[in-house]
Amino acid sequence: MRIKLSAYVAGLIFGLGLIVSGMANPAKVIAFLDLAGAWDPSLALVMAGAIGVALLAFAIAKRRRQSFLGQAILLPTARGIDRRLIIGSVLFGIGWGIAGICPGPALVLLGAGQAKGVWFVLAMLAGMGIFWFLGKQAGSKT
Amino acid sequence: MHIAWHSFTPWLSLSGGILIGLAAALLILLNGRIAGISGIVGGLFSPSKGELAWRVLFVLGLVTAPLLYALVTTLPPIEIGAGKLELLLAGLLVGIGTRYGAGCTSGHGVCGLARLSPRSLAATLIFMAAGFATVYVLRHLLTGN
Repeated sequence: MRIKLSAYVAGLIFGLGLIVSGMANPAKVIAFLDLAGAWDPSLALVMAGAIGVALLAFAIAKRRRQSFLGQAILLPTARGIDRRLIIGSVLFGIGWGIAGICPGPALVLLGAGQAKGVWFVLAMLAGMGIFWFLGKQAGSKT
Repeated sequence: MHIAWHSFTPWLSLSGGILIGLAAALLILLNGRIAGISGIVGGLFSPSKGELAWRVLFVLGLVTAPLLYALVTTLPPIEIGAGKLELLLAGLLVGIGTRYGAGCTSGHGVCGLARLSPRSLAATLIFMAAGFATVYVLRHLLTGN
């Protein structure tokens, strides 16, 4: 129960942060990505604020095996900078540049009742579904 | 390059960023999980035992955030310039790309950088560069602004 509540509260605070910071407004994200136009550097400060707080949290998490609610702490184990990481990040960046929406803000747009957000989220889920399906196919062959 | 000072919101953006960092801190310190949205949502397709509920609730938190915000005060303006076709293409690329690249702005850009992961730094530099290049092509090369 407690870990369900903490997950919900974390999602809620994350969403509020996206709204307050301006990340949930695709036009503002595009203005940040538009270096050659009227550049709005605000989103660099979103990153700075978020990383500043998270640095401390991960420094603590790295020293522990269990969370404060007794959950195993799962940190990513992948290390290499491989082709998948590069190609995936390029595709993501292109999609991000087209609409100014990344996964977190997309979900906030749904809750804000933005019809356009629905189209984006459906397509994003389809993309994730394709990835999952292809992975399953590849997995079943080996 | 010229800076759009009239739309620059340093304090709001920094405060919002701190909230995002706080949320990531809560999730790793209480649930032991990384606040990477694409990973959390993508994991819904094939959740292992005990991995479904927290994902659903985290997503529910994100979706209900604007509702709670609107109860207290008016939501800030949301402007989506992209048309339906662009949104579908963008969503598809974001969905496939974030899963293939194992992370997005939150998982690599916030949590990964805060973990001092070179892999996440590479991913972040790459998707930012791709984002800058895409906006340059769409806004300046193709439309000639």
